[in-house]
Amino acid sequence: MKPTDISDPEYFHKVVDCQYACPAHTPVPEYIRLIAEGKYTEAYMINWDSNVFPGILGRTCDRPCEPACRRGRIDEEPVAICRLKRVAADNRGDVEPLMPQGPFKPNGKKVALIGAGPASLTVARDLAPLGYEIHLFDEQFKGGGFMLSQIPAFRLPERVLDEEVNYILDLGIHTHFKHYVSSLKDVLEQDYEAVFVGTGAPRGRELKIPGREEGDANIHIGINWLGSVAFEHTSKIGKTVIVLGGGNTAMDCCRTARRLGGEDVKVIVRSPYQTMKASPWEKEDAQHEDIPIIDNHVPKSFVVENGRLKGVTFEKVEAKYDEARKRSLVPTGEPEVFYPADDVLVAIGQENAFPWIERNIGLDFDKWEMPVVDKTTFQSTHPKVFFGGDAAFGPENVITAVAHGHQAAVSIDLLCHKKNLLTERLHPMVNLVSQKMGIHEWAYDSEIDEYDRLVVPQAPKTKTLVNRKQEVELGFDPLAGYEEAKRCLNCDVQTVFNAPKCIECDACVDICPTACITFTANEEEPELRQHTKVPALNLTQDLYVSETLPQTKRIMVKDEDVCLHCGLCAERCPTAAWDMQAFWYNVTKAGEVKFGPTMIGNMVQITRNGNGATP
Amino acid sequence: MTYVRSTFRHPALPKNDLGYTVDYYEGSLSTLCAGCGHDSINAAIVEACWELNIEPHKVAKLSGIGCSSKSPAYFLSNSHGFNSVHGRMPSVATGANLANRDLIYFGVSGDGDTASIGMGQFVHVVRRNLNMVYLVMNNGCYGLTKGQDSATADAGSKSKAGSVNLFEAIDLASLAIELGATFVGQSFSGDKEQLIPLLKAAMKHKGFAMLNVISPCVTFNNNPGSTKSYDYVREHVEITGTMDFAPMMKEITASYEAGSINDLTMHDGSIIRLHKLAKDWDPFDPNSAMNAIHHAKRKGEILTGLLYMDQDSIELHEMLKTNEKPLNLLSKFQLCPGSETLAKINAGLR
Ligand SMILES: Cc1cc2nc3c(=O)[nH]c(=O)nc-3n(C[C@H](O)[C@H](O)[C@H](O)COP(=O)(O)OP(=O)(O)OC[C@H]3O[C@@H](n4cnc5c(N)ncnc54)[C@H](O)[C@@H]3O)c2cc1C
Ligand SMILES: Cc1ncc(C[n+]2csc(CCOP(=O)(O)OP(=O)(O)O)c2C)c(N)n1
Ligand code: SF4
Ligand code: SF4
Ligand code: SF4
Ligand SMILES: [Mg+2]
Repeated sequence: MKPTDISDPEYFHKVVDCQYACPAHTPVPEYIRLIAEGKYTEAYMINWDSNVFPGILGRTCDRPCEPACRRGRIDEEPVAICRLKRVAADNRGDVEPLMPQGPFKPNGKKVALIGAGPASLTVARDLAPLGYEIHLFDEQFKGGGFMLSQIPAFRLPERVLDEEVNYILDLGIHTHFKHYVSSLKDVLEQDYEAVFVGTGAPRGRELKIPGREEGDANIHIGINWLGSVAFEHTSKIGKTVIVLGGGNTAMDCCRTARRLGGEDVKVIVRSPYQTMKASPWEKEDAQHEDIPIIDNHVPKSFVVENGRLKGVTFEKVEAKYDEARKRSLVPTGEPEVFYPADDVLVAIGQENAFPWIERNIGLDFDKWEMPVVDKTTFQSTHPKVFFGGDAAFGPENVITAVAHGHQAAVSIDLLCHKKNLLTERLHPMVNLVSQKMGIHEWAYDSEIDEYDRLVVPQAPKTKTLVNRKQEVELGFDPLAGYEEAKRCLNCDVQTVFNAPKCIECDACVDICPTACITFTANEEEPELRQHTKVPALNLTQDLYVSETLPQTKRIMVKDEDVCLHCGLCAERCPTAAWDMQAFWYNVTKAGEVKFGPTMIGNMVQITRNGNGATP
Repeated sequence: MTYVRSTFRHPALPKNDLGYTVDYYEGSLSTLCAGCGHDSINAAIVEACWELNIEPHKVAKLSGIGCSSKSPAYFLSNSHGFNSVHGRMPSVATGANLANRDLIYFGVSGDGDTASIGMGQFVHVVRRNLNMVYLVMNNGCYGLTKGQDSATADAGSKSKAGSVNLFEAIDLASLAIELGATFVGQSFSGDKEQLIPLLKAAMKHKGFAMLNVISPCVTFNNNPGSTKSYDYVREHVEITGTMDFAPMMKEITASYEAGSINDLTMHDGSIIRLHKLAKDWDPFDPNSAMNAIHHAKRKGEILTGLLYMDQDSIELHEMLKTNEKPLNLLSKFQLCPGSETLAKINAGLR
């Protein structure tokens, strides 16, 4: 293999599993260390810079970082990254002075943002300090998008949502609420330099089976129903409720139904339990609220008698896989089963809909009626129109919407400065700094704590099920937050190898607890992967390969897979051929961000000095 | 500050026939200098014992005094151990072995512990062919007392402070052969590929197995001009051959050029397959082995590998025709048969 090019920031970026998996590439280990130090405000700001909604995401994020977390490959469970974010948010001090301080010197350019969900709000936050005049449109009476209308208050208190939305609106955003945009053409005819479409995927999928129309009064589309609960148009549901679907929307529907009078609430889903779309923790929370999940049942018809819904019939199926591992749900041949219901909530998916976008304005749609959007720039085929969040590529989640928002803001800023959206995009900001303080001393806490993941305490059901707005999770207290933070392996503190210094004493090989390091003859990657101390079979994890070593002409190969970042290799190395170096990777956002991570400069101040931002 | 090694291990560590992963054979965290050759040998011992499916409680670790002699603390935490007095490990080993012949005796010594203060005990344990492994971690100096020249330092070798050693070195390998050792190997801490099979064979050998392993003292004797530094040793090693060790009944699959292979069957049926590289050397002839060592030395080279082995070795218990059972399995009456029996013995001696 060729020696690894560690000057390519993507190499070490990938080693920081959580940050790499986070769509917005939040510097996770950095903020976790700050939490352990009790520096909640700084931890909050690191998050705020990357993901804009730390308090919201600390409660609701889909947390793609956690399945990626290295700890999960070594210990039983990953670090509770998401809930640690909430610890930072719950315990933060006064953060507003650390945020960009308006009024900002106008740069004379106007941008329209359609929809006030997380995607648009991110664009607003990134562009406002640069002097843009931002106009934000939403048909609802306030900002938040689906975070307001869909995510139930027992998971996300309105206070938390409003606070973080207002940080952005307070940057001097011109809001146009209760304003449905019915024509993009009209918007484009005004004097906006750019238009960002963050209108989400607002349409719930229908279930067209017999009885649907007759039973309509008691059959509700999940997201519409959740919206009407959130906006307090609906406050009751029947005693017996069936929720159809197996995603997170289904979980929110059933749990909300339990709070609105549903006593016998069931989730009935087509696919097997294990392959349901809902996150494991959402399923657990539903079951904890006495909601059974019945899998392998396909709804066949709504049973309506005398104009009143009685229930639903189902066909039992089982999942079969063909050679290509493609799944089909095959009927078992058993008789259909009937489940009674007063109300049914249909939560079987969401769709995009753009009835308000004219098809003759140079903005192309594909055969699935989705806009054609560039994956890097988020520009549509209309040069002034950008898409992000669920509107861009279909329903995802809040953190993805944020990541899109940052990139769209970069593009809009480039466009407004007549720069090329691709070639003049700035690379991420990176830094690599040695943590060595002495033979056995590092600037980070390198000792590995070995206890299990902590469980987030919950309010008792006697409280939560009677009050739709009572938050279920109570969050970690600071001590639990500290302990959980200590489980983080500091994967951003990189093992950096300097081949010319190595005398091949084997000390690093022998001390490494997890057998990461091997000295061997160079070969091609597949062979090398077989010849590491323990075969390196996790292909998603890279091999770090050195140049030829001075004494034996072998190479050093490190399998990054289960490295604990404990620093023992570097402590044991007599020649400092290994060093532990903190790696800082920050996605470029619109304007120039000027602040240092604490490990390097001990200051966290987010200032943006593009055109007109005053630090 | 870290003096703690995580107990997390690679989740895919293989298990040996006893169902143990290699960490079951580890010791406590080493306090030797970072990069010390001794630590690398310790890791090789851990690996060899794991691969040999040795039950750790069947091993007794014995040592004298020195950095090398501290080593037994850093492997096989689940074994027995006795850290004795400087140079006195052989007598403790002899006593223990006579009392319980069922254990594997693993002695660790240094060049100071063996070739200076312990020379008297060393020569006698060799000539008695005590069934044990006697491993010298040879760094050419007294590491623990800050690097004075030892009796194995080569004449002309330069110390860290710049002084040149005036005296001839004692060659422990040829001395051991001379004194009747029945298994003599030489190796280098930085070559685990050679060292691990050699350790396995030494542990399987019946009789006195001496391993002289060059093990650089990274702190006091790894300087330019030293003949025991990592780079000097790597440049001057001459490998007599490579070897594989196969436990009983398992076939050796490695294939070598015909004509240069020797299969040595150990007393328990396991096999060492020796692939000879050096010419003019017969590992079963003590004179030939000594010649080869001296010849290499004249060329300024260090001969490594299995140098000599007596396949018909008769160890001390066999010579003395001692009881087959260890003393701890004998009854009180067998151990102390009473004054009547004593009187009979005494009468027989009159
Ligand atoms: C029930 C449910 C629960 C969810 N739970 C989570 C969760 O726990 N965690 C998570 O990460 N994600 C969750 N999601 C997904 C998440 O809410 C969305 O992915 C995310 O909000 C998308 O953000 P966005 O900015 O693209 O648009 P949205 O948040 O969808 O906001 C779009 C906004 O645009 C407005 N709008 C649309 N068209 C127009 C128009 N023509 N004129 C004016 N305004 C318009 C809408 O009123 C809406 O306010 C959930 C989704 C649902 C349905
Ligand atoms: C009876 C006695 N004399 C002297 C000493 C001092 N002493 C301790 S270790 C040592 C030399 C050890 O050298 P070596 O056996 O080569 O071990 P190394 O530290 O080099 O591994 C000496 C002389 C002692 N501990 N006991
Ligand atoms: S930091 Fe070094 S010693 Fe620790 S697990 Fe990683 S490679 Fe091994
Ligand atoms: S500890 Fe240092 S000098 Fe020794 S082998 Fe490892 S990298 Fe090389
Ligand atoms: S002094 Fe020398 S022999 Fe002793 S531990 Fe240090 S390097 Fe090893
Ligand atoms: Mg010594």
